[in-house]
Amino acid sequence: MSSGSSLRGPILQEEGKSPTVPLARTAAAYRAMTRHRLVWLALFALVATAAFIADLGTGPSRLGFAGALGGMLRPDSLSGPEAAILWAVRLPQAILAVLVGLALATAGAEMQTILDNPLASPFTLGVSSSASFGAALAIVLGVGIPGVPQTWLISANAFVFATVVVLVLQAVVHRRGSGTDVLVLCGIALFFTFNALVALTQFLASQQALQQLVFWTMGSLSRASWDKVQVLAIALLVALPFAQRAAWPMMALRLGEDRARSLGINVARLRFMALLRVSLMTSTAIAFVGTIGFVGLAGPHIARLVIGEDHRLLLPASALTGAAIMSLASVASKTILPGVLIPIGIVTAMVGLPVFFSLIFSRRRTA
Amino acid sequence: MTGLEIEDVRAGYRGREVLTGLSLPPIAPGCITALVGPNGAGKTTLLRTLAGLLPARGRLSLDGQNLLDLAAADRARKVAFMPQFAPQRLCLTVVEAVIAALRASPVETPGDGRDGEQRALEVLDRLNILELALQSFETLSGGQRQLASLAQALVRQPRLLLLDEPTSALDLRYQQQVIANVRKEARAGAVVIMVLHDLQAAAAWADMVMVLNEGRLFAHGTPREVITGAMLGQVYGIEAAVEQTTGGGIHIQIRG
Repeated sequence: MSSGSSLRGPILQEEGKSPTVPLARTAAAYRAMTRHRLVWLALFALVATAAFIADLGTGPSRLGFAGALGGMLRPDSLSGPEAAILWAVRLPQAILAVLVGLALATAGAEMQTILDNPLASPFTLGVSSSASFGAALAIVLGVGIPGVPQTWLISANAFVFATVVVLVLQAVVHRRGSGTDVLVLCGIALFFTFNALVALTQFLASQQALQQLVFWTMGSLSRASWDKVQVLAIALLVALPFAQRAAWPMMALRLGEDRARSLGINVARLRFMALLRVSLMTSTAIAFVGTIGFVGLAGPHIARLVIGEDHRLLLPASALTGAAIMSLASVASKTILPGVLIPIGIVTAMVGLPVFFSLIFSRRRTA
Repeated sequence: MTGLEIEDVRAGYRGREVLTGLSLPPIAPGCITALVGPNGAGKTTLLRTLAGLLPARGRLSLDGQNLLDLAAADRARKVAFMPQFAPQRLCLTVVEAVIAALRASPVETPGDGRDGEQRALEVLDRLNILELALQSFETLSGGQRQLASLAQALVRQPRLLLLDEPTSALDLRYQQQVIANVRKEARAGAVVIMVLHDLQAAAAWADMVMVLNEGRLFAHGTPREVITGAMLGQVYGIEAAVEQTTGGGIHIQIRG
């Protein structure tokens, strides 16, 4: 084949024009665009970090930013109760917020790509509601996986149910070929089914169990612990590198399924692996903090509107946006009503929505 | 043997075989072959089979190697396919899409000193759409999308270039642009096959025309040999007169 290819190089020169000037100019513009995006990515990282620090410095006790930061650098600078607040409450909650944001937004970005649907998110495809149902079974009926200790029962149930839904979706892909519309429809059907089942459990629940269940479904960071931080961190460490490695094939998939397959990409496998990552990240996150919507949908959208769809940048940008939304929501959940910790699941939409809307409308105007 | 040989190929969709033992005369590199025929004749099915999108049996041999024996990635080194429709809802810029098509899987000629970005921009320049390079796909017109889609196939410098209705959304100027580029690709040694509905366009652009009907080869030859009133009557069921024009083209006049 080398004979064929060696003939191809000089095509440009044959044309007898000198294309180098506009070519060089466009190449420079492209590089400038890439630099511009990297700056945005750095900005996202900055916002996420600032939001994390703000989260760390906010709470019902008097421990502020300076105290919290100082206490992290020099643990002996804090009094006993302050140190306890920082290390046992603030830090695990703040870190869990960041990790949940990273997980849900990355999962949302991957889901939107493999389903070719901007409305896809862990929340809209029934993954979250099945997790709620698993939690409901544990809370209301005490039904869980045998051998799992009581403290992990709710989380384990939520995880198993969320994973089962993803596997069902995967089985649908496998059976029906790879039509994404069918998959989205099935996801929505599962969403309604599990919502109905959750409602049924609520209807049957005792007053006390009902209260606990409602609180769980609202999503809350108050259940954070170092154990949970560790487990979610491990899940992310497993999933994120693979997500990043699949950036090129995922971009090719955005070019159309036929195109991707003609490029030699095993689309079914690509989708399966992505769904597996999505399942690992969302199930783990939801299991620990309850259902938190919006982040998985809006994180990737905000990132895409600002950075574009180059997956190498889109994935980290989505993750950072998700983390920032979660941290800011956590701050808001602690400050909106002084002395009251509002469940974070209620606040995420309120925090993210203004950014989301302003981006959508500003884009309309420029388009 | 260089070029493409298609022998006794069976392919189709779940529960419906469209190509039932199709054999074609050898297709040589260096010329443009147009696949024509009525809707449902199997043109796109053949193209998709060659691109590896449909399971098939038989012999699809490119330069003596049966494509059906190759792993998907190895086939993709040699074959590039331009689907009829490009996605609309896509925030990738045109140059990013072309780079993605180049980088998503290995190509036959990876390192000739130019990186992916350079190669992508050169292809856009060849197609005269360099000014679209940094535009997002969703802002493009139908014709511009088609050109960007062609760029994604050309950038891989394939041995076998498969085009499904590559000019259907293009104005006359861009049609000429596309055909000139496709011809260049053929001259550089590629086997080029395109599905066309417009017989007059096929006559003007193709070196060879193959008429498919009901999953089988009905006729093949130069456009003048193949596109005749008799063929139109038998394959398309219409009564028409075909006039040969001086420039080598044809003019079809439908009666009644």
